[in-house]
Amino acid sequence: MMKRTILFAALLALLVALPLVSSNPAHLNLAILVLMAAQLGVAWNILGGYAGQVSLGHAAFYGLGAYTSTMLLLNFGLNPWLGMLLGGVVAAALSLGFGWSCFRLKGHYFAMATIAVAEIVQIVFTNWDYAGGAVGLTIPMGERGWGAMVFADKAPYYWLALGLLALTVGATWAMERSHLGYYLRAIKDEPDAARSIGIDIARYKQIALALSAFFTALGGSLYAQKELYIDPGSVLSTALSIKMALVSILGGVGTLFGPVVGSVVLTTIEELTRAAFGGSGRGTDTMIYAALIVVIAVFYPSGLIGWWRERVRHRKARRAQLAANAEVAA
Amino acid sequence: MTAEILLQTLASGVLIGLIYALVAIGLTMIFGVMDIVNFAHGEFLMLGMYSAFWLFALYALDPLLTLPLTVLMLFAFGMLLYKLVIKRIVAAPMLSQIFTTFGLMILLRGAAQFLWKPDFRSIENTWVSGSVKLFGIQLGQPQLAAGLGAIVVTWGVHQFLTRTKLGAALEATAADKEAAQLMGIDSHRMFALAWGIGAACAGAAGVLLATFFPIFPEVGANFILIAFVVVNLGGFGSVTGAFWAGILVGVIEVMGGLLLGPQYKLAVVLVLFLGVLMFRPQGLMGKA
Repeated sequence: MMKRTILFAALLALLVALPLVSSNPAHLNLAILVLMAAQLGVAWNILGGYAGQVSLGHAAFYGLGAYTSTMLLLNFGLNPWLGMLLGGVVAAALSLGFGWSCFRLKGHYFAMATIAVAEIVQIVFTNWDYAGGAVGLTIPMGERGWGAMVFADKAPYYWLALGLLALTVGATWAMERSHLGYYLRAIKDEPDAARSIGIDIARYKQIALALSAFFTALGGSLYAQKELYIDPGSVLSTALSIKMALVSILGGVGTLFGPVVGSVVLTTIEELTRAAFGGSGRGTDTMIYAALIVVIAVFYPSGLIGWWRERVRHRKARRAQLAANAEVAA
Repeated sequence: MTAEILLQTLASGVLIGLIYALVAIGLTMIFGVMDIVNFAHGEFLMLGMYSAFWLFALYALDPLLTLPLTVLMLFAFGMLLYKLVIKRIVAAPMLSQIFTTFGLMILLRGAAQFLWKPDFRSIENTWVSGSVKLFGIQLGQPQLAAGLGAIVVTWGVHQFLTRTKLGAALEATAADKEAAQLMGIDSHRMFALAWGIGAACAGAAGVLLATFFPIFPEVGANFILIAFVVVNLGGFGSVTGAFWAGILVGVIEVMGGLLLGPQYKLAVVLVLFLGVLMFRPQGLMGKA
């Protein structure tokens, strides 16, 4: 345990120091994208992994976060740090309605209902003139610095993304060890048994959803502050919802660091293929990305972390077998 | 609002609804037989449209003439996709199933863009162009032909399921896989058949649409969400349910567009969908 803590601290220190070592803006940008997607995956995982409710509509919360902080900033000059927090609160509050309309459904039905809810949110924002409609909203480059959460160079965004990821992972870690974590595991694995011992299933699913929505919205606000421009296509699209689920599934659902591993692999491949083939405009990059999704889904259904654990277990078993054989031979 | 406009809207709703029904029938069949939601279903429709387009552009063959050929091609493609990919995820967790078909969706869109460029294309001056006046309402001939074609194909599928031995085997597998296996029905063969028929139905819908709808790699996105709604309302796995639900959704969509503006027509359908899911999770016509 001690060894693991030291290793973890060293890794974190290395990550924090990264922008000081590499000054290549392209590398830094990739790192930011990896961190941001990882954070969304970790947030999605609270509901999708731990509570076992597969949402394909999380872009709704992401968009709510981005729009809340941006609209408060543009209309009332509210500080984006506060706006970010409020965005999270708004998303968590509206997730009550989301849960109310979707939690009665199971499996495929739930997944499809979440797509429908997110699609409705997207249609509303596309046609809502006060929120910029289909054109979107632009945050003017005014005051810069940590107070305004607007920066001229990339490094501060990197630290923000890293900090947000650490916060989300920390919250998930705490949740895993709390009563909520045990209840969620019980609900996911043995819903009938959980109900029979008096666990209020609907309530704990709802708490997981609100937490998940809150952290997803924080990611949306960060995106708005980084890009200084949002529109329904960039913060509310179904493709975004899918990406959040995908990084978790690739890494391993219901594991603390699964989504982080998933994002490192998926986002890197996505960006590298885009850089290599995206210019042709012929969809080569999308094809590679998609083929990869299919291969992963078909051959590694338990994700990379699950696959790795299984490999380690196999190797241990074989070593034990070999040792036993050697003993018999001697 | 005059009665004429209302009637006109109703008629166009029914016609587009017939296309929705045809797309949804394939989806509901795949779901009913093997419990997998096919996110790539709209892409079968897209492939059907391109097939009609190229046969028209290269050989000047009318889409209505090449319909059987496209249906055969898509049938083979659906079976092939099952044998190559889907077969491996029959027993996989739901998440892997969702992402397999989702990945196929993006893959097929990417492939279409790679092969045929992202441009919008259209087929003009076919056998059915212009419009006719029927009972005082103006109806586009391509739409009318598409609606009739959809009825014919749906009727054919229904006949196949209810009148042939193979169709009965498929229905038996959908009802109880294990029992059907005990009777000597090979599940994998039935699954492949469902994918073949599903793809063929969506391909047929694509051909019928191609005479009045733009053709582009992402065109399936316009239909998949609606198809999900139709499948849900009609009850998962029910072909007859999907047929009536398709028409209902088509009518509600155009009526919603008429009352609230065309930008909200999808939202109207989705709200209705959520409402029905909440009170009748088994669908409007599904059994409890």
